[in-house]
Amino acid sequence: MKKLLIVDDEPNIVMSLEYAFQKQNYNVFIARDGSEALKIMEQEIPDLVILDIMMPQVDGYETIARIKDNPAFAKAKIIFLSAKNKAADIEKGLSLGADLYFTKPFSVKKLITAVNDLIRI
Amino acid sequence: MPNYALIIVIVCYLLLLFGMGIWADRRSNSKWVHNPWVYSLSLAVYCSAWTYYGSVGIAATDGIGFLTTYLGPVIALPLWILVMKRIVLVSKQHQVSSIADFISLRYGNNRSIGAIVTVICVIAVVPYIALQLKAVSETFDILTTGDKSNSLLTDSTFYIAILLAVFAALFGTQTTDASQQRSGLMFSVAIESVLKLIFFLIIGIYATFYLFDGTIDIYNQISALEEFDKLATFENMESSINWYFMIALSFFAIFLLPRQFQASVVENTSTNHLKKASWVFPLYLLLFNVFVIFIAWAGKLVLGNQVNPDYYTLFLPLHHGHKLIGLMVFLGGLSSVISMVVVSALALSTMVSNNLIIPYGFLKVLNKNNSESNFQTIKNIRRVAIFSLIIGAYIFYVNFNIELSLFSIGLIAFVIIAQLAPAFFIGLFWNRGSATAAKMGILAGSTVTFYTLALPFITDVFVSNSKFTSDGPFGWELLKPYALFGLDFMPPVPHAFFWSMVINLMFYLVFSVIRKGNYRERNYAEMVVNASSLKMGENAYVWKGEANKTDIEQVLIRFLGAKKTHRALTLFYRKYNINPNEEKADARLVNFSEKILTGSIGAASAKLMIGSVVKEQPVTLPEVLKILEENKETISANKQLQQQSYDLQRLTDSLQQANEALIEKDKQKDEFLDTVAHELKTPTASIRAASEILADDDDMPEELRQKFLNNIVADADRLSVLITNILDLEKLSSGREIMHKRTNNLQSTVKKAVDGIYQLASRKGVKIDASQVEDVTLVYDEDRILQVFTNLLSNSIKFVPEHNGHININGKDLGNRVKLTFEDNGKGIPQEDMKYIFEKFYQSNNQNIKKPLGSGMGLAISRQIIESHNGVIEIDKNYQKGARFIIELQKENA
Repeated sequence: MKKLLIVDDEPNIVMSLEYAFQKQNYNVFIARDGSEALKIMEQEIPDLVILDIMMPQVDGYETIARIKDNPAFAKAKIIFLSAKNKAADIEKGLSLGADLYFTKPFSVKKLITAVNDLIRI
Repeated sequence: MPNYALIIVIVCYLLLLFGMGIWADRRSNSKWVHNPWVYSLSLAVYCSAWTYYGSVGIAATDGIGFLTTYLGPVIALPLWILVMKRIVLVSKQHQVSSIADFISLRYGNNRSIGAIVTVICVIAVVPYIALQLKAVSETFDILTTGDKSNSLLTDSTFYIAILLAVFAALFGTQTTDASQQRSGLMFSVAIESVLKLIFFLIIGIYATFYLFDGTIDIYNQISALEEFDKLATFENMESSINWYFMIALSFFAIFLLPRQFQASVVENTSTNHLKKASWVFPLYLLLFNVFVIFIAWAGKLVLGNQVNPDYYTLFLPLHHGHKLIGLMVFLGGLSSVISMVVVSALALSTMVSNNLIIPYGFLKVLNKNNSESNFQTIKNIRRVAIFSLIIGAYIFYVNFNIELSLFSIGLIAFVIIAQLAPAFFIGLFWNRGSATAAKMGILAGSTVTFYTLALPFITDVFVSNSKFTSDGPFGWELLKPYALFGLDFMPPVPHAFFWSMVINLMFYLVFSVIRKGNYRERNYAEMVVNASSLKMGENAYVWKGEANKTDIEQVLIRFLGAKKTHRALTLFYRKYNINPNEEKADARLVNFSEKILTGSIGAASAKLMIGSVVKEQPVTLPEVLKILEENKETISANKQLQQQSYDLQRLTDSLQQANEALIEKDKQKDEFLDTVAHELKTPTASIRAASEILADDDDMPEELRQKFLNNIVADADRLSVLITNILDLEKLSSGREIMHKRTNNLQSTVKKAVDGIYQLASRKGVKIDASQVEDVTLVYDEDRILQVFTNLLSNSIKFVPEHNGHININGKDLGNRVKLTFEDNGKGIPQEDMKYIFEKFYQSNNQNIKKPLGSGMGLAISRQIIESHNGVIEIDKNYQKGARFIIELQKENA
């Protein structure tokens, strides 16, 4: 069972994603911000992280930087899921090493397909 | 003291002054030479031997009458500085070199008026110089013990006169441009002024404190004398009228005496020096007069009437055997003689050459020769003039061997010089005064002076037993020279002054009114009258003509030399941006050339010289007025331009600031919009995700389905609150929101707010204490104020710690207003955020850190609401225990 980490401070979105990905047979972990996410990752290295950018304390940018700094996390794919939708934001996100960038509001189906494509094959 | 010893002392003294003059000439730019003190002291050339010796004589015989010659200038000084500024300005612009030049310039560079002024000055000043020689001669005799011989070759006075002429020629005729300053000469005049004052003060102190026990002692002794009253008070009406006339006379003298004009105008290097002179010079005169009366009294007490009271200053120390003090007094007197004679001779020689000899005889000669020989000719004319004047004065002194006192000859000179006053003073301010009128006035006034002063004097000397003075010509009583038309209560000098001035003034005014001058004269008048309000450039020309440039150049070269002409013209072309290859000379060049020639050959000759190569075209008065007006406008336009460019700079600065503020605002607005977009998108995303799942998932448990549906409702609510807030803020800040103000009770509004938020508070265990709100009513829109209170309370609830959080609300009635405070024990507001928290578009710089919902808007909305009530909301920056907001509301606010 592939491990999936969802990092977002918006409980309603987290709830939807948790339900949807559990239905796809992923082992889903939840974090409300970057520091929580990194704590979880020290125990369970996920195959993929869905990462919000605007969060309290440690934001998405810092979180991805720390993930990329740690060789142990190398296998973890990363998808940004953010309301920041300007071209510059997307470019920045991808340049930091994210595999994909989804803007909010988003299609749950498309996100599932993308996650499947990244880690099922 | 033997003759030769004193002569050696005199020669040494003169050499010392020569040396200082030469030293100063070489350093004419140093601040030691070119400064307001030297200028102010050089004005003291006014104090001649007449002052130095004569005032003591007058004080001894006539009492306080001596003061008039000093009071006049002192009273005149406020006016002096005003008039001087104008005269100096005009004189510098037109290279005026003497008073004759100045008057001639004012009346259109009129040749004959310059000549008349020159003649008047010579008539007045030559006897005056003779007087100085007489003083030297007499004091020399008093001091020496040798045999007194009156033959020319053994008379020491003759040699002293020659020495003075050499001194004047040496320093006065170095350049042909007589309008240039002679720093060396003026420096030595200033030194002489200091020396004569010091020596005079020494004799004053000597007489008062050494010979007597101070002023009171002298006073007590002199007041015991019978004639004392006469010496200290005005005897009668006659002498008080006399007093005023004397003051008026010396008032004119300070402007019009050629040496005074020379020192104050021609040698002036900066109008700024006038300021210092305006107090230094009166102070100097005051110091000079402090001891006069005491020396006179001391002389009277010690020497009585056995000696000439004019020389009490000398006799007093000699009588007591103090030869050294006597010598110092002599040197002080000599100093005043030297400066007076040298400066007067110099001023007169310039006038004689530039206003009499060159324009009436030498112009043709000069016109034929080259510059080198012209320089020499002009200088020689002046040197010959200097020697002639001084020797003329010597001859006058020998032949008339004057019986009158020093004081009287000085006064006669003053009366003659005063004839220039109407043409000079009125001409400065009245543009109508014309050349003919000036000439008529001066001539008529001089004739009267001659008749009432000189004629009786001459007949008394040469015609024995003449009845002219006592009975009038041919026994005609009305024409008695000392009591013209029956005016018999004045002494001769004020009498002559009165009648000559009346006639002079009358002629001047009447002829000015009935006969207008020609256009050129009127134009010059306009220019002088308007001088102080504008700086005259060549643009403001007052006559024009057509000429070939080469002709004008030829004329200039003849008087200035090729090098100087070339330099002057190059500067001129550059200044006005004129093509030097242009064949025709324009009006500006014509006027410029006339100006630079004026210094060398005088105004009248310069006009004639330039006129000889120019075909003159009349300039009408309206044209001149227009030129003057334009000049004025140019200056004021320049000032305006300067002001405008300054204003523009300020405007640019404030625009820059406004721009920066706008950029900052724009940035804030962008950030706000970003935040708003984010806040809007988040619930939208949440709604979209939940609905998508609900739509696709049929086998979802009922309980979970309900949960998803509830989430959707909550997010939709969130969206609508957000949208309401944004619109609210927009309406409030654009002033479109109407407030429904009515009288409300503050306690009840606070209670409503607390009740409304009670659930939220109790869920987090926050205590809200509103018991300290006073029972007060005021006018406000309750819904809006409620919104503010709720916003503050909900913010506090967000930030206080769970379980032991508390919020205190205070309300105080302050009479016409109410002060409310909201305090919490939360984490407080960071210092750097304090000034931004009420900003409409403010969000913390770190955008990626998510703020609680609505932050960045609640406080902005609150501020808008409070301001709509003319109230104030602020944060207490000094509160440490949490956050503390202060609201002040007016009880009545419309």
